[in-house]
Amino acid sequence: MSRRYDSRTTIFSPEGRLYQVEYALEAISHAGTALGILAKDGIVLAAERKVTSKLLEQDTSAEKLYTINDNMICAVAGMNADANILINYARQNAQRYLLTYNEDIPASSSCADCHGGLRPFGVSFIYAGWDHLRQFQLYQSNPSGNYGGWKATSVGANNASAQSLLKQDYKEDSTLQEACAMAVKVLSKTMDSTKLSSEKIEFATVGKTKDGKIYHHLWSADEIDALLREQGLAKVDDEPEAGDIK
Amino acid sequence: MRGPTIIKAEDDKTRQLNKHTLMAFSGEAGDTVQFAEYVQANVSLYTMRNDTELSPAAVSSFVRGELARSLRSRSPYTVNLLLGGVDPVTQEPSLYWIDYLASLAPVPYAAHGYAQYYCLSLLDKHHNPNISLEEGMKLLERCTDELKRRLPIDYKGVLVKVITKDGVKVMDFDNDRVVRSA
Repeated sequence: MSRRYDSRTTIFSPEGRLYQVEYALEAISHAGTALGILAKDGIVLAAERKVTSKLLEQDTSAEKLYTINDNMICAVAGMNADANILINYARQNAQRYLLTYNEDIPASSSCADCHGGLRPFGVSFIYAGWDHLRQFQLYQSNPSGNYGGWKATSVGANNASAQSLLKQDYKEDSTLQEACAMAVKVLSKTMDSTKLSSEKIEFATVGKTKDGKIYHHLWSADEIDALLREQGLAKVDDEPEAGDIK
Repeated sequence: MRGPTIIKAEDDKTRQLNKHTLMAFSGEAGDTVQFAEYVQANVSLYTMRNDTELSPAAVSSFVRGELARSLRSRSPYTVNLLLGGVDPVTQEPSLYWIDYLASLAPVPYAAHGYAQYYCLSLLDKHHNPNISLEEGMKLLERCTDELKRRLPIDYKGVLVKVITKDGVKVMDFDNDRVVRSA
């Protein structure tokens, strides 16, 4: 392992690489998977919640999905402590824009600033937002400061296999409902257990109401379970899971 | 003609902020141009950074914010503004009235300065929400005619600029037309 060129982000290695940034990217690829899918009438974000211990108090609120403002939400993969700093920054930035221009911040400007720090922030974000310039938009950012727009994307553990599943299954002009079904399907294949439950995943959607208002919605446990049952991916209590000792 | 009270008769008291937003100003000499060009620079910085243009509504809020900040400083700008533009997305035209106390109002027609006492009544009587550009120019002519008849100071004509979805252009306007008193 290199010990010469990785102590500071300001130093390039002789091959022209920044190890600190690469380590940050590596840290993210061990985090729980998060994915986003753009549909014609909205966006869905889904994330895997890593259950660390049965004794740990299960926080009912979302720990991987956050709202940034009235028409933007994001999913996090990576270090939660770092994410909190950047989400706080993004929320303040959005409010500052609203104060200055009296309109909501465009989605692309909102995710442009989520990087930096003395050591790189060990988080990738998937943003789902809407603005009047480009309607529904899905972005992904990473510690290097790059960000880009996607139709469907994923970050975290197994993101390569999630990405290829998304590529296989993605249909142009799919509805938000179809996108939700696709999201749980992909998540069920990339996660360790095939049977999912609302304890292990988080779900959020951005969409438009009938009267044209933009809404975002963090799904409750009941709503997630209902979707899982609909897709035949729900865990049935009396059915032993693979590896369970009888 | 020049004199101790007249430096320039055909001074352009407008600045174009982006492709389809124009700001006209009056007030303290020096302050006006300084403030207008400060706004102009900031709006074009936004255009450069974001590859999109601010809507007239967003520009007006920004300008109001800057004036409000200035008002609470040791030396505030004494500038009155009219801001007109066409929204690049909705293509809706809009006009904003802003004064040096940082009041902002979206209005169908507006005037600042001494001329407003002669013009606003005419505008009130003859303006309607569906007025065309051609009718608007006729109404403007009514206003300038009234100024020629009644303004106690020497009237030097107007510079007319029109903002459409295609941008800002200077209109031909006959300032030398003789107006009979009623």
